[in-house]
Amino acid sequence: MTIFVIQILNSFFYAAVLFLIAAGLSLIYGVMRIVNLAHGTLYALGAYVSAWIVGSAVGHAVERNLGLAGMLLLLPLGAIAVAAVGALIEPTLLRPLYRRSEEYHLLVTFGLLMILEDVIKLLFGRTPLSAGTIMDQMGSIPVGRLIYPAYNLFVIAVGVGAAIGLWAFIYRTKFGVILRATSQDRRMAAALGINVSRVYVQAFAIGCFMAGLGGAVVVPAQAAVLGLGVEVLILAFVVVVIGGLGSLQGALVGALIVSFVRTAGIQFFPEIELAVLYLIAAAVLLVRPTGLFGRA
Amino acid sequence: MTLLETVHLKKYFGDTHAVDDVNLTIAEGEFISVVGPNGAGKTSLCNVISAHLIPDSGKIIFKGRDVTHSSVIERLKAGIARSFQLVNLFDDLTAFDNVALAIFSREGKIRNMAALAHRDREVAIEADTILDQFGLASKRNEPARSLAQGERKLLDVALAYALRPRLLFLDEPTSGVSTREKDKIMDIIASVVRGEGITAAIIEHDMDVVFKYSDRIVVMHQGAILAQGAPDAIRNNDDVAMVLLGSSGPDAFSRKE
Amino acid sequence: MAMATATGTPIWRITMGAAIILVILAILPQLVDAYQTVLLTYGLIMAIAALGFNLLLGYTGLLSFGHSAYFGTGAYTVAFITRDFGVHSMELCIVGGMLGTLIIAAIFGFVCVRHTRIFFGILTLALSQVLWSLAFKFFWVTGGTDGIRIPYANLSLVGGLVDFKGAGSFHRFIYAYYYYVLVVFAVSTIIMWVIAHSPFGKALQAIRDNETRARFVGISVRRYRWIAFMISGIFTGLSGILWVPLNGLTTPDILYWPFSGEIVFMTVLGGFRSFSGPIVGAIAFNYLKTYAIASTEYWQLLLGVVLVVLVMALPAGIVGTTARLAAKLGRWTK
Repeated sequence: MTIFVIQILNSFFYAAVLFLIAAGLSLIYGVMRIVNLAHGTLYALGAYVSAWIVGSAVGHAVERNLGLAGMLLLLPLGAIAVAAVGALIEPTLLRPLYRRSEEYHLLVTFGLLMILEDVIKLLFGRTPLSAGTIMDQMGSIPVGRLIYPAYNLFVIAVGVGAAIGLWAFIYRTKFGVILRATSQDRRMAAALGINVSRVYVQAFAIGCFMAGLGGAVVVPAQAAVLGLGVEVLILAFVVVVIGGLGSLQGALVGALIVSFVRTAGIQFFPEIELAVLYLIAAAVLLVRPTGLFGRA
Repeated sequence: MTLLETVHLKKYFGDTHAVDDVNLTIAEGEFISVVGPNGAGKTSLCNVISAHLIPDSGKIIFKGRDVTHSSVIERLKAGIARSFQLVNLFDDLTAFDNVALAIFSREGKIRNMAALAHRDREVAIEADTILDQFGLASKRNEPARSLAQGERKLLDVALAYALRPRLLFLDEPTSGVSTREKDKIMDIIASVVRGEGITAAIIEHDMDVVFKYSDRIVVMHQGAILAQGAPDAIRNNDDVAMVLLGSSGPDAFSRKE
Repeated sequence: MAMATATGTPIWRITMGAAIILVILAILPQLVDAYQTVLLTYGLIMAIAALGFNLLLGYTGLLSFGHSAYFGTGAYTVAFITRDFGVHSMELCIVGGMLGTLIIAAIFGFVCVRHTRIFFGILTLALSQVLWSLAFKFFWVTGGTDGIRIPYANLSLVGGLVDFKGAGSFHRFIYAYYYYVLVVFAVSTIIMWVIAHSPFGKALQAIRDNETRARFVGISVRRYRWIAFMISGIFTGLSGILWVPLNGLTTPDILYWPFSGEIVFMTVLGGFRSFSGPIVGAIAFNYLKTYAIASTEYWQLLLGVVLVVLVMALPAGIVGTTARLAAKLGRWTK
């Protein structure tokens, strides 16, 4: 029974991380019709940068002055760094390709993936980086006769907060209205005086921020290793295939489904866990070709 | 003999009655024009008849058979082909290839992957003949995207014609071109259609063209047929003039220079 | 941009050109060392993969990021056939491997062609990773990350006429295998050329250019895409089949999705809007990657930059850009 509760908590933990990544992917697609193949690598970059910042803080004995709260506040710095990278990428690599057919941005972002993977290796080396001190510091809470890391609960809270925050941002703020207008009809938005180029950069940066945040919150629990980004992209794609590309609800529901199936899979049928996920995705696609909440 | 008959045909988009209880009959060999203001449902009617859209209710009977629920390809095989208002061509293929494709498809040769396309003499000769009929022979080896607008409109029609349909439904074949070109294009289309005795239905806005070439005119308004008849009858129909022009009287339909 | 040989070059000129290239390729191993011969063999093998891939991209307008699945299926099927059934004949391996690839391509293709553009790309990528995860996790069958070895000494070519046992066998293998691959490459290229220039090939291009009109001209868009997908998969599978005896080993790496990206890269490098582009691109990419790895630890960065520059500045690839320059030169000198 206790193990069951822990598995559920793990599922929510993983779903929170997946949601952050998938929401970023869907936001960018929803506004700009762009799928960034390097999105997973940006997640990895967020993990590496955050781990490095935390590691440096620990190394310089800053942590005693900062305290736990301070340390936690260091994490989003990784996400901000990734957002900055995104703000650089969009105008230089993506904007020139909008006139061309859709497939070109897949090509250029694949090239970007190759570049970023090696940049990570260049900056951070081959050894895994982790921010485990944060997780240790937060300790554990008892669940039945077992204990569970309190940090994971923090991540779940971040996920929930992000979901609510993103929803409010998109549906309750003026910028959200502008985002939705631009995503529905770019030319009309421009005709209404919206600076579409600026919206695109901002949307892209926000999407990258989400990916980076996913990496930032995961790294205290799971070390950043080379190839992390390439691997996570597959799961992010399953999430948006099931949930629907371009939909916030889709990212949330998809993340939950994928995460729970994955946890169950690892427990009961580890060899075919990914295959089972795909069977579910295929079943969803047969009934709703654009995913559960996606639009054409 | 009746070639096409629609019976209480309906296609609604929510509150918009794009095709509203249309009963249209087209006899074999007829050259009819479908006219009406923008939004009258002309293109929607064409879309439903060509299976681009599925009707909400009603029947479409072609050559005596009920084709209401047949697919685009089945309807092509039955003998209905259409052209498009916004030109739909294979832009990176040559004009020749565009027409040849339609012929290969018609002849059932299109799934052949073991023979070279340009070696097929029969298809080549027919494609060249059709290009010639439509005045496009000089553009044979040009990619479709590099043709002038008038030529593209003609090629669009040629593609539909190459399928040798029994009914050719053309959606505004002269829209988007200059007045002089309009006449030239319609002359070509009319001569091809009349020459072969193909039944044709043309959606048009230019009333001079309509009066000059049609056997019968069908006037649509808000999804339904307002009036239909010979050109003279329509010319003198005040309701039609009101709907199309906002005025009526003997000079209502003259082309204003 | 229309496919280059659409109406232009007469057939006899193409045949002459191809014959000359074939003769050069046949003579090369006599002029260069064994290492270069092996390198070129890999290049020709990947050229077959790129040719297959481009039937989907250049001709049908579908960008797949999951072709590693077919390459890997071909390779692993050969591995299973030789290891578990003691098969020695390369020809049997080819037939078996292509059959296995056809089945996978048929299933995956059926699912994927119901979607287009970006979603199609994502699906192809995602499905290929199912195979990758299976190869990874069922380690007692697939050898996991260690993979499965396929010793060349166990194989025989041309129905047993050529085998590789005894002294000097490795050297003999290198040269015999090069010519074997060259023949398969030549035959594959001819077959693909005929397909691309057949009525079926024209139908694919029509679907690429205007899916709606293709339907209104009587083409079953989904079915033709599916058939193109299967042909594309079989060619790439053949490439994997030929690759594995040369590599001596098959691992999950060739099923991992970045390898699909490499197939896309090499096709774009050569130029996906021409028939010969993928061939040139595959051979060029092979050399590019080999020398990049030899030069620097950060070879992926190097290749990534090349790809970005290619996409942004030279989207027509090597062949396309050369053709354009040649045309300009031709006009200039008139």
